[in-house]
Amino acid sequence: MTKFIVDGEEYSAKPDENLLQACLGAGLDLPYFCWHPALGSVGACRQCAVRQYANEEDKTGKLVMACMTPVAEGARFSVADPEAAALRASVIEWLMINHPHDCPVCEEGGECHLQDMTMMTGHTTRRYRFTKRTHRNQDLGPFIKHEMNRCIGCYRCTRFYRDYAGGRDLDVFAAHDHVYFGRHADGTLESEFSGNLVEVCPTGVFTDKTFSAHYARKWDMRGAPSVCTHCGLGCNTTVNERAGKLRRILNRYNGAVNGYFLCDRGRFGYGFVNAPERIRTPRARRADGAQADVNRAEAMARFAALLGAGGRVVGIGSPRASLEANFALRALVGHENFYPGVSTREGALLRLIGEILGAGAVHAPSIRDVERADAALLLGSDLPNAAPRAALALRQAVREAGFAPSAKVEIAPWHDAAVRTYAGDVRNPLFIATPAPTRLDDIALDTLRAAPDDIARLGFAVAACIDPAAPAVAGLPADLAARASAIAQALLGAKRPLVVSGVEAGEESVIQAAANIAAALRGRGKSGALLLNVPECNSLGLALLAPERPGFEAAFAEPPALVIVLENDLFRRAESLALDAALAATRLVVLDHSESPATHRAALVLPAASFAECGGTLVSAEGRAQRFYPPILAQGDVREAWRWLGEAGHAAGRDGCGWDTQDGIVAALASALPCFAAVPRAAPLETFRIAGNRISSEPHRFSGRTAMHAAQNVREPKPPVSADSPFSATMEGYYGKMPPALLPFTWAPGWNSAQAINKFQAEIGGALKGGDPGVRLLEAQAEVALGYYTNIPAPFAPRPGMWRAVMLPRVFGDEEQSARAAPLRERMAPPALVLNEEDAALIGAASGEMLACALGGEILHLALEIQPGLPRGVAGVAGLAASAHALPGWVRITTAGAGVS
Amino acid sequence: MLSSLRTLWYTFLHLFQRNVTVQYPEQMPYLAPRYRGRIVLTRDPDGEERCVSCNLCAVACPADCISLQKSESEGRWYPEFFRINFSRCIFCGFCEEACPTYAIQLTPDFEMSEYVRQNLVYEKEDLLISGTGKYPEYNFYRVSGLAVPGKDKGEAEHERAPIDIRSLLP
Amino acid sequence: MSQSHAIVAGLLNVVLGLAFLMITAALLTWVERRLLGFFQDRPGPNRVGPFGVLQVAADGIKLLFKQDWIPPFADAGVFVLAPAISMITVMLAMAIIPATPLIGIIGDLNVGLLFFLAMSGLSVYSAVLAGWASNNKYSLLGGMRAAAQMVSYEVFMGLSLVGVVMLAGSFNLTDIVRSQRHMWYVVPQFLGFIVFFLGGIAETHRLPFDLPEGESELGAGFHTEYSGMKFGMFFVGEYIGIMLISAMTTVLFLGGWYGPVLPPFMWFGIKTGLLICFFILLRAALPRPRYDQLMALGWKLLLPLTLLNILVTGALMLGLPGPA
Repeated sequence: MTKFIVDGEEYSAKPDENLLQACLGAGLDLPYFCWHPALGSVGACRQCAVRQYANEEDKTGKLVMACMTPVAEGARFSVADPEAAALRASVIEWLMINHPHDCPVCEEGGECHLQDMTMMTGHTTRRYRFTKRTHRNQDLGPFIKHEMNRCIGCYRCTRFYRDYAGGRDLDVFAAHDHVYFGRHADGTLESEFSGNLVEVCPTGVFTDKTFSAHYARKWDMRGAPSVCTHCGLGCNTTVNERAGKLRRILNRYNGAVNGYFLCDRGRFGYGFVNAPERIRTPRARRADGAQADVNRAEAMARFAALLGAGGRVVGIGSPRASLEANFALRALVGHENFYPGVSTREGALLRLIGEILGAGAVHAPSIRDVERADAALLLGSDLPNAAPRAALALRQAVREAGFAPSAKVEIAPWHDAAVRTYAGDVRNPLFIATPAPTRLDDIALDTLRAAPDDIARLGFAVAACIDPAAPAVAGLPADLAARASAIAQALLGAKRPLVVSGVEAGEESVIQAAANIAAALRGRGKSGALLLNVPECNSLGLALLAPERPGFEAAFAEPPALVIVLENDLFRRAESLALDAALAATRLVVLDHSESPATHRAALVLPAASFAECGGTLVSAEGRAQRFYPPILAQGDVREAWRWLGEAGHAAGRDGCGWDTQDGIVAALASALPCFAAVPRAAPLETFRIAGNRISSEPHRFSGRTAMHAAQNVREPKPPVSADSPFSATMEGYYGKMPPALLPFTWAPGWNSAQAINKFQAEIGGALKGGDPGVRLLEAQAEVALGYYTNIPAPFAPRPGMWRAVMLPRVFGDEEQSARAAPLRERMAPPALVLNEEDAALIGAASGEMLACALGGEILHLALEIQPGLPRGVAGVAGLAASAHALPGWVRITTAGAGVS
Repeated sequence: MLSSLRTLWYTFLHLFQRNVTVQYPEQMPYLAPRYRGRIVLTRDPDGEERCVSCNLCAVACPADCISLQKSESEGRWYPEFFRINFSRCIFCGFCEEACPTYAIQLTPDFEMSEYVRQNLVYEKEDLLISGTGKYPEYNFYRVSGLAVPGKDKGEAEHERAPIDIRSLLP
Repeated sequence: MSQSHAIVAGLLNVVLGLAFLMITAALLTWVERRLLGFFQDRPGPNRVGPFGVLQVAADGIKLLFKQDWIPPFADAGVFVLAPAISMITVMLAMAIIPATPLIGIIGDLNVGLLFFLAMSGLSVYSAVLAGWASNNKYSLLGGMRAAAQMVSYEVFMGLSLVGVVMLAGSFNLTDIVRSQRHMWYVVPQFLGFIVFFLGGIAETHRLPFDLPEGESELGAGFHTEYSGMKFGMFFVGEYIGIMLISAMTTVLFLGGWYGPVLPPFMWFGIKTGLLICFFILLRAALPRPRYDQLMALGWKLLLPLTLLNILVTGALMLGLPGPA
């Protein structure tokens, strides 16, 4: 640690920090704009001026920008220096000259970094009496609202969008005080990280359009720490609620997982919670065959009657439901009747992933670990579409190669512009082997477009090159062998090599190949990491909960008497015809938050709480169990799925359903299954109190308490008291230094914007005070060794007249819940069949022409999209996640007019 | 002892002084224009609602009796609903002070008693008047930078015409 | 007169006397509030009926229709008894007041003065029992204060009258008035007059000596828990008490019904009325003393003064040739 002195007080910082970072880390308030902990310093805004003294005798000193000043041992600074303070005040006065008079009609108002900094410097009165410059705004699509008048020209947006996230379509135009941040023309921002502009922009130039549609000020919303449910990475989010409606999703900093950024699917995919297709009341099928609303007691009686009717009761769990809900179902039906609610193909892949990670032989990296990798191989996984936040981390991993050469010429890593200029195109090696091009190709050292079988063969070959003990691949073409060898050398040469694959690769062999590479690296004494991406928020948790069975289709082998489906649309996971027949032969109980084809076939539908209305635990792809809490308090009959199941089990007289609190069911889960023994440590118990207080879930300035419900009844309702979480339902309670898993919103005195997170971090940009939330269930152990998989597939051979159909993931639309959100629907392209131009010519179809192919028992009509990179004989299916259960598979393709044989 | 007697005497003398009581309602008291009575929502000189639902009145309210929801139409912000629970209101006037658009104003009318408490919950249609209230001139959107119907970018007070970002001229 | 006529006349006398007392006490509440208003430069209750005089009726109706509630934690029997004692004792004491030689219920009682003192002594029970039965710490404190205050001041009040009795040579109130035909006893017994009046205020626990109630510190003291008509009885008791002390002062010191020109009952009424108004002026003007100040005033000032008064009166009576 380096010691430095500010205004006579001694503080300490890490040696590679800049002064601004160090001051903020020491808890000092120093205004800034252009610096961002994840983006580094450029010294553009001149806002963080402080006085630096050469030594103790020096009383004059000189003004320096804190963000551009390294912290040297014993360095002396003054933040309070009158001249420095005056400079900061005049800088903000300049920045404010053109700022429009529209805070009341600005979505950023009340959580605006510019407002905070203006207050901090004490600039309270505008002296400028001349005209202000104005800009025209652009339509930037369904996510982002643009109001350029407010811009103070800090360049954070383009630095994030272009330098950090690799976007190309947002840039800066014009010059001097005319600078304009936008696209070359109106249009949707292409990057799947555009939502971060909302938090990166220090003022209201980029605001959340979906939030604006049901806007509330930051201080008026209840917050809850939550976990994103739209992919398997488990990014931490803050969910805001007011008047029973989910208002928005914000990033919740977790130093080990998502850091400062979210993808747009996670940020804007919340619409399903407020959607009209939510199930709010229980429904039961009447004698005439139609479903009718019933009250809670009657629903429970019916459920108990169905359970008591005898016969085999099958439970189908869900990869998007919490561990608690899945465990409750498993306890209700018994583990021999519990089936994971995934397709048999996906289930097999998940089981394989669970097996590889569960063995404890390889390190499953957190997103932070991905960011630190210095060589990476993407094996069959289109990460930017399947798990965008991990792809963003991978982009940083590649870029961080520039730090080492810069350090040689004494450029600190935070010196962003200098590092990027000096390092130029120096990159850590990234190899990508996928069927179709990915959005990481621009930074890849080498890309291979191949069918999944060939990708697997490449992976096996890489493993064999690393460790001769690994099974060799016979008959590998020379160019592929050379590539494998190059990849192996790069991985071997790296300190922290990383292999990435996942369910989206589609074939078990690809994942096995990735595991072989990780095992081989381990065999050579390298500490490699293996990221195996899973598609849904609790896919891995479900795989660990039911490791015996790959999917639910086996449940129908012998017809069950009753099927209980937990938060799952089975018709997205199996052939509809077969499923229809199977479900027709049994009685069906569905617990879900939204209508789906399954709910319409059910004898009893129970309204389950969505992630915004109940608490629970999810296991992310790295095996991190994380707790989420509800911002929306219970409404009517909507209840936690585990409560429905537990009560039904109790009513039906089944054993082992005796939990009635969140802590109770988590304790039962932990004691029932050893792999979940650590889950109770993911978050504090309900009994957690600070100075006898619950944690307040509403900011202390929450307004309208005595009016918001007055239209229904002028008498204020008594606030509910949660039995499941340590949060109070109101602004009453403690807010301050608290366990990071319980941070309901970020605020600190003088810091109303999201940047208040500075005050909760043990080290700026590092871990949170009290440790990053979540508990890792699958830690690699040194003594365990992973055996090699030997099932090497044969080389891919195109079949005449047939194509190998593979899933091409899309960031928007593939995930079931977020696809219900209206803003996301606008970004969803229509489903397409992707072929390379030679294959397209073979069929004789032009781009956009409708093609027909038989898939999953039905004939699909899809528009043709020509993708030159795709290997011959491979057909990509994009935007059809509901057909993923049938992929990969061989299909015949004809023009829509012709018949399909 | 003497002081007690003097007190008695002075108190006795008050028998012969005039009453200060105003015999409301036969005799109406004088209420200054800035008296803090019933709250209204005013309109700008163009007849549009002044309230831009910025929520500052709600957060300033010590009784938390104001609640509203923002909605938007062609760039202008409006309250979708605007509710004051007068059974909680303490007529402190903080809302009026907080209002950046002079929309919310207190008036010299305090005669709003009800037999049913629910009737003290006023919605936007009960609050909105058709005039400008105490500030006849002010129009927020003439000052702010947002483009609204009838006022494009650069047409507000103290604004220059929008920048042509493709121009190379300084 | 036959025996039955005498009984009817006696009963009529009692009933009319009681009715008069009740109505006057009720009107007094209105008079007090109007007068307090005037002392404070405001009109007081002026809405119900002419000059607000029907306020009395409105208040009465309100009290009657209020829930007659006995707190579950109270000693119910004693709780009900206490206000009754308050009213009965002062009314019985009123019976011996001779407004004129002819007007009065039993004006000619030969131990009238002793009967007054006895009744006044009994009235302590109302406050003490009310405070005890309420089973509430503020009420109990009020009751204890009442006991101390009223028992103490009873002593000086009794002693202050010894001078009058010595001068008049009788306990009969009619005789005492008659003996003031030439000179009111306020002149020779000025000290006695002062002590008796102060003692009277303390006995009726009127302001400024209302420590048993002490709204600001005990929240209405011994009658905190009372509501409805039981509270009304305390109220009526207090106002009849004011009338009683005023009437007694008139009878004992201010020459009763004697006065020029006007008929005797008017003189009695005028003197009593002015004393009642003075009670109200005291309430409007003076702050409540502290408890220890009250007790100190009694034992350290009033007691020596009364003893001195008795001594001087006796000495003068022995030394000077007098009418007695």
